[in-house]
Amino acid sequence: MTPTRAEPPLARAIVRGDRRALARAISAVENGDPAVDPVLRALYPRSGTAPIVGLTGPLGVGKSSLMSALVTHLRGLGRSVGIVAVDPSSPFSGGSVLGDRIRFDRPAGDAAVFFRSMASRGASGGVAVATRETVRLLEAAGFDVIFVETVGSGQVDVAIRDLATTRVVVLVPHLGDEVQTLKAGLFEIADVFCVNKSDLPGAEIAERDLSEMAAFGVARDGWRPSVVRTSTVTPSGIPELWRAIERHESFLDSSQSRAPARRQRLVREIVERATDRLTSDLARRIQTEPDWAELIDRVADRRLDPRSAAERLAKELARSP
Amino acid sequence: MVARAKSAPIRVLIAKPGLDGHDRGAKVVARALRDAGMEVIYAGLRQTPEEIVRAAIEEDVDLIGLSILSGAHMALFPKVLKLLKSEQGARIPVFAGGIIPDEDARRLKRLGIRAIFGPGTSLDEIVRTATSLARGGA
Repeated sequence: MTPTRAEPPLARAIVRGDRRALARAISAVENGDPAVDPVLRALYPRSGTAPIVGLTGPLGVGKSSLMSALVTHLRGLGRSVGIVAVDPSSPFSGGSVLGDRIRFDRPAGDAAVFFRSMASRGASGGVAVATRETVRLLEAAGFDVIFVETVGSGQVDVAIRDLATTRVVVLVPHLGDEVQTLKAGLFEIADVFCVNKSDLPGAEIAERDLSEMAAFGVARDGWRPSVVRTSTVTPSGIPELWRAIERHESFLDSSQSRAPARRQRLVREIVERATDRLTSDLARRIQTEPDWAELIDRVADRRLDPRSAAERLAKELARSP
Repeated sequence: MVARAKSAPIRVLIAKPGLDGHDRGAKVVARALRDAGMEVIYAGLRQTPEEIVRAAIEEDVDLIGLSILSGAHMALFPKVLKLLKSEQGARIPVFAGGIIPDEDARRLKRLGIRAIFGPGTSLDEIVRTATSLARGGA
């Protein structure tokens, strides 16, 4: 697509492939800077078609190295790749060390790859709030495939579900017996399981446990997760892993589940945003509006119960512009 | 162009240019900056000036910290500064740490390295200077 005149200059620069403009827009998204809103609005129609591959899993399973290997493989196939790697922010200082670039190996002059590290900044579920919009910016910049690597917090890290078209859960041998695989969370979101570090003993057992679980499990929307063994040391299994991802992407199309899945994700996103907006409106008005303060006084004096008060506030909120 | 809010965390790139395997200092500094609330992109060992500048642009950092103990600073630092300039990243301040003789330090400062920390510098001083550089100060 070529840039249109209606797009803001920053949006046009991003579409043109200006890496600095892209990087700046991502920062603005991260910082919640409203100046970027028109850019996001203008670029939204340019997103929604690229495969978005989510890589998640516990700490230390080799997600970053694996992604580096996948990117090298994709470059060999002539595909361009945009990457967002999310690491945790400290709940104490707010700071973070974003170390995923260390594992990333590629020629410095390769303009077909863009790598951005992102701190979670307090977002739970392993995906930074800004990740979704960053992915759209990368799509608008024309990258063929987008990778999102998230902090591997184990069983609770399911927010990647709302973001990726194919979810790869990365594990290693000896993470635990098959009972672990019955636990809820991470295992339920996988489209592809990857047993990484398969040069270590125990990889076959891990693969078998996962395959059995996938075979016996209820297929989600008609898809049974595939299991791939990889090693970035030997290296092995990388082309197989990419083929497994592609198989899931083709399944989304052949089963006609891509559009409904996307719609579901969008519903969740819109509800989330609307909820945020309403919550902050509510918090502000409860502090500033005398009528509302009086309502709370009545609850405090036991003249009104909290449920009825909440009901009244909700109605009021729905009425107001 | 989109301006950065003052409340946003400072983003800083920490990298070791050249063939130098001693990364203890860089890691200690990365940790101190993290504890000061910064987002530290740790690029690690054996980075070429090209890789460093590319990372700085993609990560949209406010600051770059280079650590070097190999003695190749007079070859590598000016190259980083020059590349930054050609990539329109010249306004990103660069500071450095490592074993850098006073005479070289003076020359590097004239070339545009904003601060140089030798052995024995307190972490407090590094954090203070880094914060001030990132916020557009001296």
